[in-house]
Amino acid sequence: MAHVEAADTQLLDALRAGDEGAFAALVREQHASLVRVARIYVSTQSAAEEVAQETWLGVLNGLERFEGRSSLRTWIFSILTNVARTRARRDGRTLPFSTLQDPARVPEAAVDADRFLDPEHPRWPGHWAIKPEPWPEDALVTGETRALLADAIEALPASQRAVISLRDVEGWDSEEVCNALGISETNHRVLLHRARSKVRRALESYLQEADT
Amino acid sequence: MTEHLEQLSCRELVELVTDYLEGALPAGEQARFEEHIARCSGCKTYLEQIRQTMETLGRLPEDGLTPEAERALLEAFRGWRS
Repeated sequence: MAHVEAADTQLLDALRAGDEGAFAALVREQHASLVRVARIYVSTQSAAEEVAQETWLGVLNGLERFEGRSSLRTWIFSILTNVARTRARRDGRTLPFSTLQDPARVPEAAVDADRFLDPEHPRWPGHWAIKPEPWPEDALVTGETRALLADAIEALPASQRAVISLRDVEGWDSEEVCNALGISETNHRVLLHRARSKVRRALESYLQEADT
Repeated sequence: MTEHLEQLSCRELVELVTDYLEGALPAGEQARFEEHIARCSGCKTYLEQIRQTMETLGRLPEDGLTPEAERALLEAFRGWRS
């Protein structure tokens, strides 16, 4: 973590010195993630956008007092969580404790049950009835596939969308995601698992259709 | 029959893929997972597809900031600085 802290210190110095370019770069880098995480707490995209905007103002107001006990990114996301919770309360929204803190409560299968043989099958219990077919590599890099992936992510519940976006689209590690969302490693894995399973399923049915 | 009790079924395996990729499976479970993958082409393809899904997601462009939002924030920054 030492190199991260060094980069943070440099960035903090630049921000505190009023370096507008440094602020613009930070905003461009983190804004989309802020909006995605905000969507867990508020019901509309525009409300999430407002929460993210307000978070940046909170960052500016807190900059002088920030002591660097956590990474800059973790600190920014803790401000976001506070702003988003306040906003959700004001909008009369119940906070999504069930989806974030107890995602395993409602079971969800990664693959439809009818893709497998019966668990009581005499010879091959629970084995594939319809196996997945390998995907053609070149089909994965088309603009159409990218658009499909974006739609598949958008269709996910907000907590799953936030986790898969931070992990797989933006490349955060699991610890950072857990810190930003205030969830356990286990719950983060449940959300990530469901999100990846659904996106794979969407890709599979798209590539199959394209194939026929 | 005892063999079946110890082996993972494909249906069970697909639910362990994320724990496997995150390195979160206990050692025994990880060995069972890898044994299954080694002899099951369907599950091997499935794991590969999850990896391809992750890689393809990693190549997605990140959502940008609208020019208006960026202008408003930079204005706020200037206000904060002065």
